[in-house]
Amino acid sequence: MKNVMGIINLVNEIDQLEELTYNRCIASTPFGGRYRFIDFILSSFVNSGIHKVCMFTHTKYRSLMDHLGSGKEWDLDRKQHGLRVLPPLFEEPKEIRGDLHYFYGHRDYFFRSNEEYVILTKSHMICNIDFDPILKFHKDHKAQITLLYKDIKDEQFSLARPIKVSSDQTVTSMLDHQINATNDQISMEMFLMKKDLFLDLVETSIASGWKDFIEDAVIKNLDILNVYGYKFTGHLGIMNTVQSYYKNSMDLLNMSLYQTLFQQSYSIYTKTKDEAPATYKSNALVSNSLVTNGCIIEGTVENSILFRGVEVGKGARLKNCIIMPNSVIQQNVILENVILDKHVIVNMDKEIIGDPKTPYIAEKLKVI
Amino acid sequence: MRSKECIAMLLAGGKGNRLGALTNKLAKPAVFFGGKYRIIDFTLSNCTNSGIDTVGVLTQYQPLALNSYIGAGKPWDLEREDGGVTLLPPYVKQNGGNWYSGTADSIFQNIDFIEQYNPKYVLVISGDHIYKMNYELMLNYHIQKNADVTVASIRVDWKEANRFGIIHTNNEEKIISFSEKPKNPSSNLASMGIYIFNWNVLKQNLISDANDNNSTHDFGKDIIPKMLGNEYVLYAYSFESYWKDVGTVNSLWETHMDLLKENSRLNLNDKKWKVYSRNLNQPPHYISSKATVRNSLVNEGCTVFGEVENSILSYGVYVEEGSKIRDSVIMPNVKIGKYADINRSIVGEGAVIHDHSVVGDQKEITLIGHREIVS
Repeated sequence: MKNVMGIINLVNEIDQLEELTYNRCIASTPFGGRYRFIDFILSSFVNSGIHKVCMFTHTKYRSLMDHLGSGKEWDLDRKQHGLRVLPPLFEEPKEIRGDLHYFYGHRDYFFRSNEEYVILTKSHMICNIDFDPILKFHKDHKAQITLLYKDIKDEQFSLARPIKVSSDQTVTSMLDHQINATNDQISMEMFLMKKDLFLDLVETSIASGWKDFIEDAVIKNLDILNVYGYKFTGHLGIMNTVQSYYKNSMDLLNMSLYQTLFQQSYSIYTKTKDEAPATYKSNALVSNSLVTNGCIIEGTVENSILFRGVEVGKGARLKNCIIMPNSVIQQNVILENVILDKHVIVNMDKEIIGDPKTPYIAEKLKVI
Repeated sequence: MRSKECIAMLLAGGKGNRLGALTNKLAKPAVFFGGKYRIIDFTLSNCTNSGIDTVGVLTQYQPLALNSYIGAGKPWDLEREDGGVTLLPPYVKQNGGNWYSGTADSIFQNIDFIEQYNPKYVLVISGDHIYKMNYELMLNYHIQKNADVTVASIRVDWKEANRFGIIHTNNEEKIISFSEKPKNPSSNLASMGIYIFNWNVLKQNLISDANDNNSTHDFGKDIIPKMLGNEYVLYAYSFESYWKDVGTVNSLWETHMDLLKENSRLNLNDKKWKVYSRNLNQPPHYISSKATVRNSLVNEGCTVFGEVENSILSYGVYVEEGSKIRDSVIMPNVKIGKYADINRSIVGEGAVIHDHSVVGDQKEITLIGHREIVS
């Protein structure tokens, strides 16, 4: 797909991840043992043959930059194309600006590129997606904009935008974000369109005093634009609340879901850390868990996800926990329904039991 | 180009006959190790961690996997504008070309490569040892002793001494005699096959050795004994940490089992001395509620439903329900069916062990070759 360029828009991304995003943007939230949210959309682009990706950063993006580096791990460290970060152009935003100003400020970048199409996305939609069939759908339907959506059955615990797609696959309405949207059809906030249309919408919307691309440029023009909905049938995790983060993480312990997300012919790429394989000591007792390299386990771990370099001491018992990189759980600690961010230390004999739906969260570097 | 103080020449052309089926299609340095690594990762990481940024890798036997694995050297931080890693296979010159006929010959044929960097010292190392060593300390020792050659040495088990080059030193660690693989060793101080040479001295000796028709062009057999005879100053540098030559199926298995010991002398989790390797982007490994994993190393990408004890699983290994793996080394992408029993074995990459198979016994170490199917 040499003719398509990916745009990852991190401006004003909905974020109710509380402690998990105090010091980072939603795109760099750790997920699934060794990934960050951004890895999923980046890998999907790369696996679909899209090698030109630009990313509009907004706030708290230092950890994201650390993670991405030159883009080498996603094969996006290129002379032709590759990953470009487009940071905010303003010194200090006095008012809350919408993403349209960010797009407009960097429009030169788009003028310089040769791609005919753009795919506009956010970072909190976790999926492993092939964009090839979507471009075909777009062309077949002679759409101006193709919006990806998902039919939702179960409760999502996240904020999502309900939409209506008619029987001829055109999008007839798009509403505001709702928690626990009960509507069947949920927008994935991914749009495919011609680059020229994108730039045109940005420019005319700015001229009208509008701020937000989706809220204003798309929704207010829904009647005059030819917007089609493409139904995505793979696994989707909408990750903008703590509850949805926790639920989607725990869902990874379901083998069939794990396989659709990770063991397709296309893998999800992430930054390498050069850790040794996980060490299980003679009294380790691990069941129904995901474990990554660099972990050293001497205790009991059940229904949990251990990120890289986690240490679980003797006699410690973990159940339904998510433990992020380099956290240390000392001897005889008991943790249940707990999320520990990076580098947290839990001292000997402590006991923390969180709520099964809203887990206890310890922020980065905390000592308990 | 600025001249380099010390560059490394890494011998990676060995065939490794004694590793049997593991090296049918693979050079020995490319054999998998420790669930995640290939043997050569240890030497390459030693170079990077010791501050040596120029490494020539001499390849010859079955170089395909090795070449693509090393690539431009990025995983070891050896992709550099100035220096970095260079693969050096035998090549054709104006008046014909030859295979490398010995370790010394391989370096002789690459004198031009070394001269580009105009180094003062050349470190000669081999790609088939498992150890973590700071070459910078050895180089400081070499400079301090004002030596022409420094040979790294280690005390080995007397029973094994006849497998090595055996060194005798005086009280100041100056080498007074050197015998390659003696039948009746009179010392257990063994050469580790790691040398630091003053480049001008090495160059002269390589050239004169190349003109000697009786020579086998080997460092241990020819170069070192000849230099001793010619009054050069050779010192032994004693190394006391973990070092293993994984030349045989037994030693490969034992070295793996050493990793699982309670106080293993080879710490792979040392953040100050990481062992780097090429990243394969595997998801976290999954341990099911039916599985038990004890005293083992498990890499990413594995799925375990069975019992694993005292074993090492490389990436992408799948162990189905009811299977038992004990005291074994399982290399990448091995599929193990239901109720199989694997004991004291090394199972090669991509092998398939069908349901109810029994592999290995309590006596010898059993080796299952790459992509072999056991049913």
